Amino acid sequence: MDVWASIILSVCAASTPLLIAATGELVVERSGVLNLGVEGMMIMGAVAAFATAQVTGNPYLGAVAAVIVGATFSLLFAFLTLTLVANQVATGLALTILGLGLSGMIGESFVGHPGVRMEALNIPVLSDIPVIGKIVFGQDLIFYLSIALLAGVAWFLFKTRAGLMLRSVGDSHNSAHALGIQVIKIRYMAILFGGGCAGLAGGHLSLVYVPQWVEGMTAGRGWIALALVVFASWRPGRLLVGAYLFGAVTIGQFHVQAIGVPIPAQFLTSLPYLATIVVLVLIARNRRLTMINTPAALGTSFVPDR
Amino acid sequence: MRIELQKRPDISKLYSILSPLIALALMVVAGAIMFILLGKNPFHGLYVYFIEPLTDPWSREQILVKATPLTLIAIGLAVCFRSGNWNIGAEGQYLIGGMFGAMIPVLFHGWESPLLLPLMLIMGMAGGALYGFIPAILKSRFGTNEILTSLMLVYVAQQFVDWVVRGPWRDPQGMGFPGTKSFNDSGLLPKIFEFGDAHYGAVIAVIAAVALWFMLSKTLKGFEIAVLGQSPRAGRFAGFSAKQMTLFAFLISGAMAGLAGIGEVSGTVGKLDDKLSLGYGFAAIIVAFLGRLNPLGIVAAGLVLALSYIGGEAAQISIGVSDRATRVFQGLLLFFVLACDTLIHYRVVLVSSVKARM
Repeated sequence: MDVWASIILSVCAASTPLLIAATGELVVERSGVLNLGVEGMMIMGAVAAFATAQVTGNPYLGAVAAVIVGATFSLLFAFLTLTLVANQVATGLALTILGLGLSGMIGESFVGHPGVRMEALNIPVLSDIPVIGKIVFGQDLIFYLSIALLAGVAWFLFKTRAGLMLRSVGDSHNSAHALGIQVIKIRYMAILFGGGCAGLAGGHLSLVYVPQWVEGMTAGRGWIALALVVFASWRPGRLLVGAYLFGAVTIGQFHVQAIGVPIPAQFLTSLPYLATIVVLVLIARNRRLTMINTPAALGTSFVPDR
Repeated sequence: MRIELQKRPDISKLYSILSPLIALALMVVAGAIMFILLGKNPFHGLYVYFIEPLTDPWSREQILVKATPLTLIAIGLAVCFRSGNWNIGAEGQYLIGGMFGAMIPVLFHGWESPLLLPLMLIMGMAGGALYGFIPAILKSRFGTNEILTSLMLVYVAQQFVDWVVRGPWRDPQGMGFPGTKSFNDSGLLPKIFEFGDAHYGAVIAVIAAVALWFMLSKTLKGFEIAVLGQSPRAGRFAGFSAKQMTLFAFLISGAMAGLAGIGEVSGTVGKLDDKLSLGYGFAAIIVAFLGRLNPLGIVAAGLVLALSYIGGEAAQISIGVSDRATRVFQGLLLFFVLACDTLIHYRVVLVSSVKARM
């Protein structure tokens, strides 16, 4: 039974960064903005978290730094796409390219250093409950945060007035503007939130998942988070399912490699990426499901005509 | 104070030409600031990065070598981006092109023939095109987002090529290093000059750029690409098929990336190894936008990006700036290019908040 508990724990650790980044991007896309820079913001968060934790010795400060750096970095995207109405796809790519380069330069002196691990909370007594104790009460803070964040976003988007405004901006910025809703301001805030989430997701990678700095360590997770938002057809609940499905595929292929199944390791490593493609195809085939929830203004620029 | 955009009645011809140059100037300024932050003399740093490589014949050839794959990939991407299809998996198509092109010299290693090289180039293009076809067919058949699928396929291609050069195609005499046997002379793209590394891939790149420029600006197909890219609705009324266009655009850009891949394998390395993936497929996105999606502009832009690579290598050796700074420069450049493109369509006005309220 202990083996299963540890496998579930590692699935949680693999899924948490995907879930956090995808939750942030979901809010961004619900406001009608497609930010393809998740990978770049994530890796900036990872390097910021690692460096801060190294210098201060405190992983929680590292996590805070990851959020701040991720959000600040996203501001660059927001300024270009919202204020200068640059193309969102191209600008998102630019953010990813810049993030990968900049993080490599910042992190160069940290390569090979052991990182500061954010330890599991291990709530006394409760985490000693057999089997479920470790899973429910014995994880790191960011894991609990990821669940809270998702619940918070689901509540915000569908139960609050501000959430309704954000969705209306994402569905028709012109109508929202005509109603006096501040389209640009709402989008700025959504992008900042998404950036903070992506940063925190990166922080989880370099503080919990593999507490060290490796150049390009996000390895496409930002892109998988983007795919998850499509997979979830922009519904927070399905995001949870999707993120854990991908976490399970990732961990599953590690275990298959460890057992020594005679499949080349490279094929197993490709599995999460292939799974993403398969899932995207399956979701896209179900047109009705996708069309209802896709923010209608997704990816289009807004210029107020007074 | 806030920034307000006023739509120009027509696109500005002046800024169409000026905007990439302004972007380059901004990058130079940003570079100077970065050198100051790193504690280096900014003038010396910029000189080493952007001027010195041009003064040395060996460096000039290296620029040509680097510019070749960048230009080839970017002109293909220009066709794709103009048609409203976002192929960001060129790196994968480049890798698979290199692998397909290497297939004949690896599997029939003893075969020497003047036919070998043309066959390799065709195979390379076919491999890239086929790999580019996957996201295209998924988009046109199922409506799958091509950005995500084409990117995911990059990771798959990297793993696959890695397996090929370590597994079935590994040279048994290669001392355990991953990589195929070195190709025979007839499988190598000839060098342009007697000494040095520049190979005929550069010539092919220029010819391809002119051909695609002609297609984009002088033919009906080019018009179709422009219409579907700018207004899919108008394209439908004109009887153009967006689905067919997706397939066409990905085939072209896949083939160009594949050609770049086999060009590297056959012209620069001389065999297929595990170091083929150098990020050219992503850097080419910057090249495409810096060249304003015009194949002729892209030739110039390819040289600029290549200069930044070579300058980066020089700066690492002579002033001890990490070669990772190059990627930062390139990323910043794309930001500046995109920001300056706004000037083409809009007049940027600073409005003071007091005045705005009146």
